[in-house]
Amino acid sequence: MLGKNKWGIHPDTHKTSTEGKPIESNALPGRVILPVSQHIGAPAVPLVKKGDLVKKGQLIAEGQAPVSSHLHATISGKVLEVADHPHPTLGKNPAIVIESDGLDEWAEGLPTERDWKSLDKAEILAIIKNAGIVGLGGATFPTYVKLSPPADNPIDTLIINGAECEPFLTSDHRMMLEYSERVATGILILKKVLGVENVALGIEDNKMNAVKAMGEALAGTGVKVMAVPTRYPQGAEKTLIRTLTNREVPSGKLPLSVGVVVQNVGTAMAVCDAVRNGLPLIERIVTVSGSAIAEPKNLKLRIGTSFAEAIAQSGGFKTPPEKLIMGGPFMGVTQYTPEVPIIKGANGILAFTHEDINDGPEAPCIRCGQCLDACPMGLNPSMLSILGERSFVEEALNEYHLLDCMECGCCAFVCPAKRRIVHYIRYSKKMAAPKGGK
Amino acid sequence: MSPERENHDQEQEIKPAKSEKEIQAKAEKPIKEKAEKPEKPDKEIEVKEKTEKPEKAEKQVKEKREKPEQEAKPVHKMVVSSSPHMFADTSIPKIMWTVNLTLLPAVLFAVYHFGLPAFKTLLAGALSAVIFEAATQKFMKKPITVKDGSAFLCGLLLAMCLPPAVPLFIPIVGSFIAIVVAKHAFGGLGYNIFNPAHIGRAALMVSWPVLMTTWTTMQTVVDTTTSATPLNILKMQGYEALIQTFGSNSELYKALFVGFRNGSIGETSVILLALGGLFLIYKRYIDWVVPVTMIATVGILTWLFGPQGWGSGDPLFHMMAGGLIIGAFFMATDMVTTPITRKGKLIFAAGAGALTVLIRLVGGYPEGVCYSILLMNCVTPLIDRYIQPALYGRK
Repeated sequence: MLGKNKWGIHPDTHKTSTEGKPIESNALPGRVILPVSQHIGAPAVPLVKKGDLVKKGQLIAEGQAPVSSHLHATISGKVLEVADHPHPTLGKNPAIVIESDGLDEWAEGLPTERDWKSLDKAEILAIIKNAGIVGLGGATFPTYVKLSPPADNPIDTLIINGAECEPFLTSDHRMMLEYSERVATGILILKKVLGVENVALGIEDNKMNAVKAMGEALAGTGVKVMAVPTRYPQGAEKTLIRTLTNREVPSGKLPLSVGVVVQNVGTAMAVCDAVRNGLPLIERIVTVSGSAIAEPKNLKLRIGTSFAEAIAQSGGFKTPPEKLIMGGPFMGVTQYTPEVPIIKGANGILAFTHEDINDGPEAPCIRCGQCLDACPMGLNPSMLSILGERSFVEEALNEYHLLDCMECGCCAFVCPAKRRIVHYIRYSKKMAAPKGGK
Repeated sequence: MSPERENHDQEQEIKPAKSEKEIQAKAEKPIKEKAEKPEKPDKEIEVKEKTEKPEKAEKQVKEKREKPEQEAKPVHKMVVSSSPHMFADTSIPKIMWTVNLTLLPAVLFAVYHFGLPAFKTLLAGALSAVIFEAATQKFMKKPITVKDGSAFLCGLLLAMCLPPAVPLFIPIVGSFIAIVVAKHAFGGLGYNIFNPAHIGRAALMVSWPVLMTTWTTMQTVVDTTTSATPLNILKMQGYEALIQTFGSNSELYKALFVGFRNGSIGETSVILLALGGLFLIYKRYIDWVVPVTMIATVGILTWLFGPQGWGSGDPLFHMMAGGLIIGAFFMATDMVTTPITRKGKLIFAAGAGALTVLIRLVGGYPEGVCYSILLMNCVTPLIDRYIQPALYGRK
């Protein structure tokens, strides 16, 4: 193996509470909140106003910038308001609020069955763009942009990410078990768009039933279904590329530069639904888990459903949570209110008690070096945290490769001094960013 | 994404829930309040305040806990913080007390071997170190952290490197120098440059050279004629005299391996110290590279530069004699004062081994582990600066 072969961590996966539970799709939400910024790139521009009647699947906000994404109504009903609303990652942000009419009617012409094999590349790309599909693994980068590499950058490999390395989350796992056929079709569509022969689906080896299910669904297609070692952060783009292809993405570059495109299994399924059935992205699978949740579950939810409603469908809070998190325990974002909506990138809702978190008072670094062993990027998190603590941004940037950090959280996890290493790194990155820029 | 995320990286109240049910549900819940970060009015200040952490944040938590019922209705608050939200079951106290525990076999053997005076010295060293640490931290108005076991470990290691029957003031003065001067004058745990226990010993060596080299007869070996350590005999009378004292080569090795020989309190039993060290390696608290490299370096160099020319040395004796085993497993692996990368650790261990041999064979002292580790501590920052871990994507 190239480079560093001792990396990552082996936290308790905590997946047993939900990995055996079939995906439930329960009652419709009475109200959905659809932020116009659910993706990386420019916010979508609302096309509806207060009082408008909308149907399920109707385009309600348009992504106009080169990197942006469309947004569709996820229920049928009336637009209550277009106003600022708590957002899971962006504080308060403009959102379109729709009140359900209880009918759940499709917009005109939906769904449409298509024979995807007869479509050409440009047509498929247009469908993916119009369906508002973004990376559903959590990064929410618009998929059509990722599928349109520059002409001078040849792509030879497509990697489908089914690793799901974050503890607690089982949404991708259940999806691969229950919707193997849709995921498989999505992978084949992506393969066609990129025109590559080399396609690998990486699944962590703690989900051997998913490896088997996907292997059967993809039999005879030439797509390799690979069981990769269970180790966090195996599902990070750069580490999965290293595991499956032995290539390393150069510092500061995109996977494109080594001829690889990575897509999440959830994205593949959304692509299948859009291209084959004409459906825009209006729902996703979310794991609701954590010690504070009464009945942890995998739920199929309309985008825009509030966290509170998803939690209520999972039996509510057993105990008051110390943290409410969108995403996984390592890279998820804490919420200050359960009124935030599920957005396209929300793969999990975790309500954690103190026992789940197990943090403690922070102490000075004792230089034990465990963070260096854990870091998948081969950085020196100890030094980065010390420099961040003292605001020595220049040194962190120039000598300790600050920007190579992907904030996976391995270093903070293993730290015996409970140092908030990732926090210091984020702080340094923010200080290092040009004023006003990102 | 991170800059956006940080926009609300602070604690905020839950907005009143929209449905009545939820309001009721919340009203029934116990109030729980916690804050991790200082509140910040705007971004400019946020950025500065984030760097001054726990003391301030903890104070806030305390204040809030004391008067939580100020809101009109009970509101359940949640912590908003930077990820990750999951931490391993590890801590500094856990590491330090484990190291203390791995020293226990050697300590018990020492008490059996050297008797009550050794026990008193060990106790005085460890306890006075704890008291000095608590007093220093109280004086400096810092949180008192003696429970983490690092001061106890420092005092214990210091006492283990002292002759068995020194007057009781010796371990106490040594602990004072180790804890107050070598540790807290530099900023406390994590900031000290030199191994505090070895600084304590070095200071005692230059201040009371006679007391520090008076080796009393062992309890368990009644017929021992000399009260010198094996390395002392080697230095003063030569290799032949050494073999004569112990009878034969194999007797000498046996005495060193099991520990029935003279020397500092805790350094005599190779097997028990190595067992403790192996446990630490198994727990991954220390890297096996360090003891292996350091001991191997000493073995190879002493064999090469033997008394009768190339390759005539006795590596087995040198590898087991003196404080090399305790030094290689417990001092050269000290996390704070040695390099952080594995390659750096290797350089450190090889350097310490080479300096030990230099002092033993050429220098005026019979033993050099203490000074060689201190000398290598000096270059640790330099090693860390030049030896960096292998980066992803920068081949």
